[in-house]
Amino acid sequence: MSTLFLIQFLNGLQLGVLLFLLAAGLTLVFGIMDFVNLAHGSLYMIGAFFCATLTFWTGSFLLAVPLALVCTALVGLIVETGVIRHLYQRDHLDHVLATFGFILIADTLVHLIWGPEGIAIPLPEFLQGQVNILPGVIFPAYRLVIITAGLIVAAGLYLLISHTRLGMLIRAGASNRTMVSALGIDIKTLFTAVFALGAVLAGLAGMLIAPITEATIGMGNDIIITAFVVIIVGGIGSMKGAFIAALLIGLIDTLGRSFLDDILKVFMPVNAAETAGPAISSMLIYIIMAAVLALRPQGLFPPKVR
Amino acid sequence: MSQASAIPASTLQPFTQPPSLFGRSASGRIITLVFMAALLVLPLIAWFTGNTFYLDFATRIVCLSFAAVSLNLILGFGGMISFGHAAFIGIGAYMVGIPAYHGFESGWLHFPLAMAVSALFALVTGAICLRTKGVYFIMITMAFAQMAYYFFLSLEEYGGDDGLTIYNRSVLNIIDIENKVVLFLLAYAALVAGIYAVYRIVNSRFGMVIRGCQSNEARMKALGYNTYAYRLTAYVIAGAMCGLAGALLGNFQSFISPDMMSWSRSGELMFMVILGGTGTLFGPVFGAVAFLVIEEILSAFTTFWALPFGILLILSVLFIKGGLSGLIHRGLKNG
Repeated sequence: MSTLFLIQFLNGLQLGVLLFLLAAGLTLVFGIMDFVNLAHGSLYMIGAFFCATLTFWTGSFLLAVPLALVCTALVGLIVETGVIRHLYQRDHLDHVLATFGFILIADTLVHLIWGPEGIAIPLPEFLQGQVNILPGVIFPAYRLVIITAGLIVAAGLYLLISHTRLGMLIRAGASNRTMVSALGIDIKTLFTAVFALGAVLAGLAGMLIAPITEATIGMGNDIIITAFVVIIVGGIGSMKGAFIAALLIGLIDTLGRSFLDDILKVFMPVNAAETAGPAISSMLIYIIMAAVLALRPQGLFPPKVR
Repeated sequence: MSQASAIPASTLQPFTQPPSLFGRSASGRIITLVFMAALLVLPLIAWFTGNTFYLDFATRIVCLSFAAVSLNLILGFGGMISFGHAAFIGIGAYMVGIPAYHGFESGWLHFPLAMAVSALFALVTGAICLRTKGVYFIMITMAFAQMAYYFFLSLEEYGGDDGLTIYNRSVLNIIDIENKVVLFLLAYAALVAGIYAVYRIVNSRFGMVIRGCQSNEARMKALGYNTYAYRLTAYVIAGAMCGLAGALLGNFQSFISPDMMSWSRSGELMFMVILGGTGTLFGPVFGAVAFLVIEEILSAFTTFWALPFGILLILSVLFIKGGLSGLIHRGLKNG
């Protein structure tokens, strides 16, 4: 039981780290540009497909990742300057609809270019094995890599946002857009840079998970809704909130799916618990989000300045 | 932070002009009447000439138009941007499917049950959702719809992921909706009744308060209205109407699955309302017809229909203000 718990805990952590990569971009774009980007999940998918193709071209997953990141950033740049830039002044309703259109376009384009089948990405030999994390407890090495990579990126983002000039501008932009542009900062370029950064983070999440799940059409459409749950729970615009909420939601979702029916068996008949367990565990994160919105609408860790 | 900020003033009807049944200008009235008549007559002509496909297609259009009309009541007139309206379609459909599965086939049970359960779901979730505003409202309505989606997904008794086949349509002892024409006429009658209901609601004192909340909720509060109760009531009415639309759709499709309430379905409903023009009586019907016809035409030409469709969607958001109704009205003014 405790072994299983440890493994599921690590799986939850891995999901949480991926959710953070997605939510970080989402919360930046949302917090700074006040833009609801439903199509953020499409960048996750596009990143995975670029990585798949580049892995086959270069013959190495490790070489493909940085190249694919550049490609995803380019896609982000094109989309932002082409369309999204013109939507910042609109209301959220228009954001939702336009980015909904983007999802359709992205899914179909990927279908046209890469075909309807999912693409598996081969990992380098040394990432394929299992490692002993504790005596008698083995865990796939690559999943540990995902967790580590995610945590490193999180640390890097923290440094970027709180210790660099760009980060200072991002924070300033989040608290008062008009003032930043009045001080002579080119707010348009800043927005484009933030959007591209979000695209890179989403793409990275996609290419990290693709060797496990394959790159598939529509892979971003479910996880993006979960990422929205994360930023709402964490507090829109808050990087710290996104990080904590991502790990929380990742752990709750994974552990809920594994252990909720066992927990319910303590309180109710076995039959009822086995039916209710899966039902409640798949609803669990939405229940948490609804509770947070009802009781603390600004999220658990709202950004300090507004 | 008032709800008014959620929809720009340009898409709102001027508050001093309550929506009239067929629009104000004579030509606008004629266009609307001709359009509604065509929606009734063309499918019937097609059916009598042996083309049942168009009748089926029109039945689907009419059911989804009805759902869009119900969404428009809260989105267009009340400024409540619900991103989870498809949940009511699904609930309505399952309230036909589940009793039918257990052998209760009476439509006198199905349709009231669909409306009652949808209304109850709207009451419970709306009570929580309406505590939030703006984008939080969009997201929390979506969260509840996802809960409904996963709830029905986990009901293995009723097919779960695979969905549930309805072998016999609801039995109404005065009309036989196994007959496609009768079902179409029933759905059409429901749509017309729904539009008339919305017309009566938005022009009543109650509707005035709802529309007042959209343009300035703080002012309505200051005038002494319990805006929360008014908006919750509107939310419940819209939910019940959409539940009925779902029950009709379930009957028509004879097959229901959780997919009917996935978040992309909610997005499509929203788009129908916006495309047609928020806050107009017939706008959602224009929008639903345009949406489904374009989808159908494109998918006949290419399996990659979603690509031009997505581009059209973005272009319409960028360039069409006030939806198709707005276009028609502006066209009439200029022409």
